[in-house]
Amino acid sequence: MKTFSDLIVCEHCDSVYRRRPLAAGEAAQCGRCAAILYRARRYDVDHWLALTLAAAITFVIANVCPIIRIGFQGMRNDATLWDSASALAQGPITIIAAPFALSIIVLPCAQIGLLAWVLVYARAGRRAPGFAPAMRALAALRPWSMVEVCLLGILVAVVKLSHFLQVAPGAGFWAMAGLMVLITLIANRDVHRLWELTEPRPPLGAEE
Amino acid sequence: MNEIPRARQLRVVACHGCGLVCEDTLDESGNARCPRCGAALRRRRPDSVARAWALLIAALILYIPANALPVMYTRLFGRGGESTIMSGVIEFWRSGSYEIALVIFIASIAVPCAKFLTIGLLLTSARRRSVRAMRERARLYRLIELFGYWSMLDVAVVAIVSALVRFQALSDIEPRIGILFFGVVVILTMLSAMSFDPRLTWDGDDE
Repeated sequence: MKTFSDLIVCEHCDSVYRRRPLAAGEAAQCGRCAAILYRARRYDVDHWLALTLAAAITFVIANVCPIIRIGFQGMRNDATLWDSASALAQGPITIIAAPFALSIIVLPCAQIGLLAWVLVYARAGRRAPGFAPAMRALAALRPWSMVEVCLLGILVAVVKLSHFLQVAPGAGFWAMAGLMVLITLIANRDVHRLWELTEPRPPLGAEE
Repeated sequence: MNEIPRARQLRVVACHGCGLVCEDTLDESGNARCPRCGAALRRRRPDSVARAWALLIAALILYIPANALPVMYTRLFGRGGESTIMSGVIEFWRSGSYEIALVIFIASIAVPCAKFLTIGLLLTSARRRSVRAMRERARLYRLIELFGYWSMLDVAVVAIVSALVRFQALSDIEPRIGILFFGVVVILTMLSAMSFDPRLTWDGDDE
């Protein structure tokens, strides 16, 4: 079967274009439906891997440290992400803990792990074992990973509780904020650029 | 009408898995696989319209108990009560937290309703192969992809406050069944939007 690595098809409307090299900060936009086709690469594999490791570290902090502390008539309490998930699991509706834990703990963790795995090999210009399933998983997980929603949720919870309790964000909160930025940088739509970056022979007229 | 060629005219098909542009041999062979990532090559997402409708209708049905049933039980200083999504918004508004009331209203009520209407509109106009406002419809689809998942906000809020406020004798916050329905509604609308193939919006333009 013939393949055309110099072409790109808009995934929103099936328009076909020839790839062109882009200057830094530029993005190629579809002339028919105005979707973004691809962007100029912002960083190389080394930077990407470094950001992924940073995300891994912030992820650990976000999970270990409390996200909120509250005080109430001399009593204190704090909650980590895990506490929130297990509070749901122990409550009357156990099953609702699953989407919460998945979208805020499990899936971001999987994204970071899979990216680190493919990027370590990509540094050597190779495709990691299980590259195709890993890439498919990364694309499938992206819409379900909701660190930023959780962050806003924490803010709403702080305001809600501050009417009758003393509330303060903990270290985990700031780590979540960092993680939100890092995840958006490393695991966005451009992930499938790794297919081109690890191409055995660089395709003619690719974006490099 | 538009001079930019479409994949079908050039007899190519883009892999849904990795984006590689391949020769379209689906007419002869029926099923072909992407030589780079091994995913099955398809011109459109399979059964896109039927799946999107089914998931959308399921979401609409569950949206009723999600709003009617309480999502949270709050007991503070001995006073206890259950609240629904809407009563939560009203409570925030009354207590003067207008921004928070607005944020929750947008995430839990405006976004899901807008999603129902948008997906319904996209599906009906795709079926009629309408050529009206195609660019705007394409933009609408990208908007719901971008904002749809923010509706999970309420689930996160209930999880966090019920984890925190657990002073057995004095105060307690617990999740209630409504939040489960609401979480499922959000998941179903996201699945519905993912099943819809945005290329269908442009297929009326072919003739």
